[in-house]
Amino acid sequence: MSSGPIIETRDLRKVYRVGKVDVPALRGVDLTVIAGEFLSIVGPSGSGKSTLFHIIGGLTPPTDGQVFVAGQNLASMTDSDRTRLRKRSVGFVFQKFNLLPNLTARHNIAVARFIAGNTGALDGQFEEVLQLLGVAQRLDHKPAALSGGEQQRVAIARAIVNHPAILLADEPTGNLDSENSKAVLEVLRGLNERLGQTILMITHNPEAAAYGHRTVHMRDGRII
Amino acid sequence: MTGRLVLENLKHRPMRTLLSVMLMGVPVTLILALVGLTQGLLQDSQRRQQNTGADIIIRGSTASGVVNFSGASIPEKVVNKIEEQPHVQLAVGVINHSIDPPLVITGVDLPKFDRMSGGFVYKSGGPFKDADDILIDEAYASQTHKNVGDTVTLLNHPWRVAGIIGEGKLARLAVQLKVLQDLDAATGKVGQIYVKVDDPANIATVMQELNGLETGDKIDTMADYVAMWTPDKIHGVKEFTWVIMVLGAVIGFLVVGLSMYMAVLQRTREIGILKSLGASQGFILTIIEAEAMLLGVGGTVLGILMSFGACWLVRMFVPASIPMIIVQSWWPWACLITLVGAGLGALYPGLNAARQDPIEALAYE
Repeated sequence: MSSGPIIETRDLRKVYRVGKVDVPALRGVDLTVIAGEFLSIVGPSGSGKSTLFHIIGGLTPPTDGQVFVAGQNLASMTDSDRTRLRKRSVGFVFQKFNLLPNLTARHNIAVARFIAGNTGALDGQFEEVLQLLGVAQRLDHKPAALSGGEQQRVAIARAIVNHPAILLADEPTGNLDSENSKAVLEVLRGLNERLGQTILMITHNPEAAAYGHRTVHMRDGRII
Repeated sequence: MTGRLVLENLKHRPMRTLLSVMLMGVPVTLILALVGLTQGLLQDSQRRQQNTGADIIIRGSTASGVVNFSGASIPEKVVNKIEEQPHVQLAVGVINHSIDPPLVITGVDLPKFDRMSGGFVYKSGGPFKDADDILIDEAYASQTHKNVGDTVTLLNHPWRVAGIIGEGKLARLAVQLKVLQDLDAATGKVGQIYVKVDDPANIATVMQELNGLETGDKIDTMADYVAMWTPDKIHGVKEFTWVIMVLGAVIGFLVVGLSMYMAVLQRTREIGILKSLGASQGFILTIIEAEAMLLGVGGTVLGILMSFGACWLVRMFVPASIPMIIVQSWWPWACLITLVGAGLGALYPGLNAARQDPIEALAYE
């Protein structure tokens, strides 16, 4: 694990406007994640985990406070800047896999590379990653022909194909049975250990959270 | 990769794709059918005039426009006077009577016309023998299912089909000049005169001579006369073609607009996925527009194929009344009109998709 912080938030706040009511989702979050760390974030629904995930991933701007990802201050970024951040610095893994249903696994991965501006052949290291993920033989199938576990592993492959600084996983085992959950968590741990991939994982499951180096707990928009 | 994404999107919803392409093909067919009809009528008329073998045509002073023939306003004695001019080899006066537009029955001095044109090509039967004999061309025979010996009633007059002639020379329906003159109460009059010159090099000289006669009639070389037959000269066709073209673009706009709007709704989550991967607004808009363009190209291809079908049907059932043709030079125009409609139609749904909030899009069920 490297010593420098790759994610740093200071007094991070987010308020959503629902109708005419302001709903605070984050009420001053201070968080530091070291490069190469595997951090688990746990907390009940409505605790602000997903909002934190969305802000760090550049999907939405914060209302107040500061957030640095790979040395870039997201608080001052425009929508286009955040789009560039998602393209190169962040990889997402979602609970519902979120693969494009029209494309094969191979093309789902290729789309991510294309959007990031990489059009050449896959590097040898990534071929090894595909072997590690256990999807190398399933790349020519569309998502509908893959099991949930396979879909999630393809989603992980897609998330890291551009070598992002951080991998954000939102309940990656939420839609999987225990066997597939374990396989996916092992894969995440393997990526962290072998490639030094920084991972931020949101989960409800304490067993899943235990795969991380450290666990932080959230409640009512704060880290407790 | 963009191409694959677009193609897979279209393949993923084949029924939507097929319906969109079919709906976009309809205005393309309408445009091509209209142009094919107009050009077909003009080409048919041009060919018919050119194959008379005449070098000069004289139309009565009452002829209005290019494609209209005059009534029989030229005294027949003018024909003889023209024949007396130097370098004039032959002059043939004819009379026309419109029966069921654009069909015309023509009264002609057959022996003289045969000398000028080389004669009709008889597919069956032969020249007139009696006053009530009529020659019909193959297209008219096919359209009315008539054969040699059958009776055709035209101008409230029963005619016996004496011969079936090949298409493309002077008239679809020809009867004896004298008979039609009497029926039209135009005895001793003709509607136009075809003039053959002894040498094409003398056409200009003969034109001068004929103008010098000061008959007040319209005199043109056949080359100039045929060149005047353009769609603009048929009243209303230009405007109608514009209306159909605009209609085609509007239909393309509406069809693609609706289709892509539905597609964007159905693919909200996929758009969210692309955005989470870092896809820019321009990339999303490009995909939607490219998909619309592909639908437009598909609609154009289908429209062209359907225009062949329309042409076949017309030729099968009314080959004499509507000599429709396929006008390939209009294919790019039809394509352009469709693509403009499709491109504009996809703009609003495309911009909507591009501006979608990624979090809301990802949460869409």
